[in-house]
Amino acid sequence: MSNIAKAFENGKAFVPFITCGDPDLDTTARCVVEMQKAGASLIELGIPFSDPTAEGPVIMEASLRALENGCTTDKVFEMVKRLRTELNVTVPMVFMTYANVVFSYGIERFCKKASEYGIDGIILPDVPYEEKDEFDGICKQYGIDLISLIAPTSDERISMVASSATGFIYIVSSLGVTGVRSQITTDIPSLCAAVKAATDVPCAIGFGISTPEQAAKMAASADGVIVGSAIVKIVARYGKDAPEHVGEYVKSMVDAIK
Amino acid sequence: MPDSKGRFGIHGGQYIPETLMNAVIELEEAYNHYKNDPEFNKELTELLNEYAGRPSNLYYAEKMTKDLGGAKIYLKREDLNHTGSHKINNVLGQALLAKKMGKTRLIAETGAGQHGVATATAAALFGMECVVFMGKVDTERQALNVYRMKLLGADVVPVTSGTATLKDAVSECMREWTTRIDDTHYCLGSVMGPHPFPTIVRDFQAVISRESKAQVMEKEGRLPDYVLACCGGGSNAIGSFYHYIEDKSVNLIGCEAAGRGIDTFETAATINTGKLGIFHMKSYFCQDEYGQIAPVYSISAGLDYPGIGPEHAMLHDTGRAQYVAVTDDEAVNAFEYLSRTEGIIPAIESAHAVAHAIKLAPTLDKDKIMVITISGRGDKDCAAIARYRGENINE
Repeated sequence: MSNIAKAFENGKAFVPFITCGDPDLDTTARCVVEMQKAGASLIELGIPFSDPTAEGPVIMEASLRALENGCTTDKVFEMVKRLRTELNVTVPMVFMTYANVVFSYGIERFCKKASEYGIDGIILPDVPYEEKDEFDGICKQYGIDLISLIAPTSDERISMVASSATGFIYIVSSLGVTGVRSQITTDIPSLCAAVKAATDVPCAIGFGISTPEQAAKMAASADGVIVGSAIVKIVARYGKDAPEHVGEYVKSMVDAIK
Repeated sequence: MPDSKGRFGIHGGQYIPETLMNAVIELEEAYNHYKNDPEFNKELTELLNEYAGRPSNLYYAEKMTKDLGGAKIYLKREDLNHTGSHKINNVLGQALLAKKMGKTRLIAETGAGQHGVATATAAALFGMECVVFMGKVDTERQALNVYRMKLLGADVVPVTSGTATLKDAVSECMREWTTRIDDTHYCLGSVMGPHPFPTIVRDFQAVISRESKAQVMEKEGRLPDYVLACCGGGSNAIGSFYHYIEDKSVNLIGCEAAGRGIDTFETAATINTGKLGIFHMKSYFCQDEYGQIAPVYSISAGLDYPGIGPEHAMLHDTGRAQYVAVTDDEAVNAFEYLSRTEGIIPAIESAHAVAHAIKLAPTLDKDKIMVITISGRGDKDCAAIARYRGENINE
């Protein structure tokens, strides 16, 4: 069983996301430690990309700040190594980034390092099912799950995408990009049911979720809830003092979906 | 021809969020149906001829030919099209396709504003809603085109993210499309982005070389030896090359924007300075060692893009086409040269092709024939070029 599957073994999973390097990698590392303490089941580490097509303004701006502050793929790898070796982070972790970050590093070189340093999966929102082979073969070789995404517009693609999925399935809650939404209008129960009919791989819902109430509602249909922009906003607001606030927030979300 | 997955050699593909996959599949199916539909083609030809003013002239530039003293130079006058550039060829095709698909709203990115103006024009003609995304930097250097789009009834959204230029407008347009797919067609302006856009845009722009080939055959009784076009994303270049690709005796030359020079960071010459990458498509991109897309620069907003279409990337790989770099200085000199010599003010984008012709033509024998695509007219650039020369004029 993959490490990621373990994240979904103890009830509903809460999956927080953080943009690495905003405002600096030391703060990111401390936030990750607090996320684990607060009960996160799986943590998504965003490697910043200059042109993140799937992101709304909050994560896009955080990515650009991180890049301006000198964050690079190699520095993120070093942070991951520190999390695993010095900071006792044992919770499963996945990278979320864009195709070119992995491709330009060398897919093999990237996956080898990720695997050695203790990364369990990779989410590439700009690599749909049709383009995944180039990445997935190498990911599998290194024991890394390439996470599949399913959107409200996937319709008849659901069974195709879900049947080849490993790790977990990332269900995109709404049309559009990442970011806090006051209302999610997609028929989430039907979408989750369609996914579950096609696979036994656990599914987690993300995009637009920020409040404990929304999280609880989503967790009723899925195996887990993913929150990104709301956390990145906290980091943007508190900067180097963010870890404590991030921890509190994650705790409130973990409690809400129990 | 791309393969079934939209690949040109190793280039192309569909690197976009899952949310958009059914939209591009729907577009591909619709296009494959309508491209062979006689009624669709009849309507499109009528629009191109009656509304856009096609065919565009192939003009013998006699004074330029004599002045340069080498190859015989013809200009393919896309600047004479309605809205002032080649962009209308693609836009009329896509707008008609969108209408057939039941879409009521067009969104588009624009750099120099020519594609935005063309899209706003087609939207007005077809009675469609239109939103154009334009980098904030570009809205400032192409203020006149912003006004034209608004006059035509379009909403213009200045994009402030990233470098606030064309690549950011493309991303913002892609984001907008993920938000609203049902009634909206993304009218992409160049031979880039996910499949099937590079093929659709290429096919609609191929009218340039279809006409120029027939025109040069009529005037000269033979094929040209050189075809030159400026190349950013590469839509006028691929349109200018397409019907000559199988004619191996015709040298195809794409002229990229070198900005302040390909040895500086202020350049947009993708083939000359970029490397293989993935950003909506696989192709060559200006990027750093970690794959971060580079902020590019050119005096020409229309060539100020960090990538190049996948078919050009393949033509470069196979050596079928050659891609040269032309600096701001050379392009501005050519802008002034063509104005003075032939009484034709070219778009600063097109001036990049003219600049290379000025270098190349004198080295060629007088029996050689060269066709240069003048992709657009330069009225929009006059204020910026005046500023470049240190003259401040009010637009």
